[in-house]
Amino acid sequence: MTGLLPRRGLAQILALIVILAVDRVVSPQFFDLRLQDGRLFGSLVDVLNRGTPVALLSLGMVLVIATRGIDLSVGAVMAISGAIAASLADTHSLAVVLAAALGAGLICGLWNGFLVAVLGMQPIVATLILMVAGRGVAQLITEGRIVTFSSPDLVWLGNGSILGLPVPVAIALGMLILTGAVVRGSALGLLIEATGGNARASELAGVGTRAMILAVYVWCGVCAALAGVIAAADIMGADANNAGLWLELDAILAVVIGGTSLFGGRFSLVLAVLGALIIQTMNTGILLSGYPPEFNLLVKAVVVLAVLLLQSPKLSGFAGVVTRLRGTKA
Amino acid sequence: MENSLDPAASLLEVRGISKSFGAVRALQEVDFTLRAGEIHALLGENGAGKSTLIKVVTGVFPRDAGIVRLGGEEVAPRSAKAALQAGIATVYQEVNLLPNLSVAQNLFLDRQPMRFGIVREGEMRRRAKTLLADFGLDIDVSAPLGNYSVAIQHVTAIARAVDLSARVLILDEPTASLDRHEVEILFRIMRQLAKRGIGIVFVSHFLDQVYEISDRITVLRNGRLVDERETASLSRLELIRMMLGRELAETTSARASAGAQTTREVCASFEGYGKAGYVAPFNLELRHGEVVGLAGLLGSGRTETARLVFGAERADRGQARVEGAPVRLQSPRDGVRHGFGYCPEERKTDGIVAELTVRENIVLALQAKRGLHRPLSRREQDEIASRYVKMLDIRPPDPERPVGLLSGGNQQKVLLARWLATSPRLLVLDEPTRGIDVGAHAEIIRLIRELCDDGLALLVISSELDEIVTYSDRVVVLRDRAHVEELAGEAIDVGSILAAIAADGASVAHEGRA
Repeated sequence: MTGLLPRRGLAQILALIVILAVDRVVSPQFFDLRLQDGRLFGSLVDVLNRGTPVALLSLGMVLVIATRGIDLSVGAVMAISGAIAASLADTHSLAVVLAAALGAGLICGLWNGFLVAVLGMQPIVATLILMVAGRGVAQLITEGRIVTFSSPDLVWLGNGSILGLPVPVAIALGMLILTGAVVRGSALGLLIEATGGNARASELAGVGTRAMILAVYVWCGVCAALAGVIAAADIMGADANNAGLWLELDAILAVVIGGTSLFGGRFSLVLAVLGALIIQTMNTGILLSGYPPEFNLLVKAVVVLAVLLLQSPKLSGFAGVVTRLRGTKA
Repeated sequence: MENSLDPAASLLEVRGISKSFGAVRALQEVDFTLRAGEIHALLGENGAGKSTLIKVVTGVFPRDAGIVRLGGEEVAPRSAKAALQAGIATVYQEVNLLPNLSVAQNLFLDRQPMRFGIVREGEMRRRAKTLLADFGLDIDVSAPLGNYSVAIQHVTAIARAVDLSARVLILDEPTASLDRHEVEILFRIMRQLAKRGIGIVFVSHFLDQVYEISDRITVLRNGRLVDERETASLSRLELIRMMLGRELAETTSARASAGAQTTREVCASFEGYGKAGYVAPFNLELRHGEVVGLAGLLGSGRTETARLVFGAERADRGQARVEGAPVRLQSPRDGVRHGFGYCPEERKTDGIVAELTVRENIVLALQAKRGLHRPLSRREQDEIASRYVKMLDIRPPDPERPVGLLSGGNQQKVLLARWLATSPRLLVLDEPTRGIDVGAHAEIIRLIRELCDDGLALLVISSELDEIVTYSDRVVVLRDRAHVEELAGEAIDVGSILAAIAADGASVAHEGRA
């Protein structure tokens, strides 16, 4: 039951607090919030808002990684769904736009899942295909241009607010709750963890491991598509070249910071999202500090290393457990 | 002792070797003696300690106790490379060479003839050619090794080892993937090398080949030395007895009097069931309240039969029935759906999910059977887990402990619990007592009987014949991937099982494999 309630999230929460404290030092107004036109403004809200795409990606990615897979194509899927949404926005209703964009994500997920679960390709290779091809598809949809739109419905999705929260943040929160409810409310969570922990044994216990794997890639595709729509809505346009570029790496990083092993097995949705927020808090802090953005990447690397060390078993008293595990494995 | 060419001189002496992995004692004070110029078969069932012995001698695993002498001098290699330098070379079943490099490059890897820092390709090819000619091979040495058959890859590996001035050559299951003709080539080379004074250790589970090629035989069982014998004076029956039997007090079936089997209801039946190249078609009836034992040597088709019965492997002929109704078993899911359960031999790789807790491992099959949309609540899971932890006396009695931290015996109980939780009609147990300490061993056997009394049908594989005799109502004997005999009731005893396993005409082992 390590799903919704972070039992082992101490390292992540600690890291977030430290980074927030540093942000407060470099930017004294960091914790200031003000209400304007029924919407909250401030750096904290900004962190949540900017962090939304990666948080959404990490929701799908964490499930994929839990099955011992990886999905490199999420950035490209964002570009595809963004391109579709932008192209349809001014001529169709929001429902149609969303259905088309999310449907595209679903198909992308099915494709990845088919390659991995049915054809048995290595996940990193299988999803690399769509990572490369997907951006091409997105460029075909936008015909190489930056497509802009002015549909107020779609713009609202990126810039509106519900109960004072930016819409993207509300959507991400909703998706976290939905994913959590589906995964932990059904047996999916257990079966995914079993599949990732030992696929052969799970198969022999009657678990439909292929179906599990297919399902997580589909969900990952849908989450990526939603992130793509929000990113497009945010800038009121779709740029097939740059939408979601390199975000797959941030999503993987978020999952890893959230304590899910790349070798599959145990996962935590909440901690993965927390991982995404840690990344964004850092990004925002560096921007606010006025340091040249070049430092961004370096600082990020150092912080990530620190978080990973903090949760490494050797440093947190789990050494004995691990040694015993190794002993029985030999 | 000074003259190393004296055929009776011991070339490699292993004395009192012990090795434990955690609580499991893999080797206990094992002795082994290899003479110069002999071919010495090292035999034993799975888990007997053959591979461990080889790995300890060649420095892959550090040893806990004992000494190794090579040509009278004590050696203690710390790695396979150090062992090779000392003169002990090992060729494993899976050839450890580089298929993408040429044959010549493989032969001279790490020691290419050089001039001015440049590899002398021509010289290397010439020397490779000569070297292989010694082994009766005339092939293009500049072609990638991967282009050649497994047999040639083996010979290349052997040639490399011998050329590295090996005095002891260890061949671990070298013939497992060779056809009859290739085996002959290999044997010819082995004899040639023996004539040169090289001592050869031959690990194999093909007894025909052992009798054909070896001078002496050493048998290990459960990590202990059973005996060392001259091949010529050791009968096949006696050898199998050494490999399988324990004290061999002629135990007879304790269950023989349990009543006429035919009156019991048939739970599952298999008619002409089989798969080409896997296991020959067989007929098998499994009845409620009855234990059927599967006996045979390693590689005889026991596990294969179990996997077909459960659905882990698809049969390509025959008909399976459950309670009389025809069914198709295409996957483990089908087996589970029809109320079958399967505890595989390899607990760690095929059984437990080490990272998950005892509770999660126990409910896994039941949850898979119920499907995604009917999750077991945490309360139900706790209830099931604590019920079986109590019933099977799983220790420590903590359902939230990762199962990987439990001992082998307790892991086995968790797997049993996993299937019992599904209320199965048939349980297939593959070596349920392997690698388990004595206490848990007796408990598992008691459990098998209890389950059977509760009306379950059981199909149990074991290498321990007296164990099979103790709990089986019927025993199916396998040889060379075929069911060859079925014993029932009074007829079940260790002697008759051994006789069926050893019955001659076992020389078809290699036909049809390639």
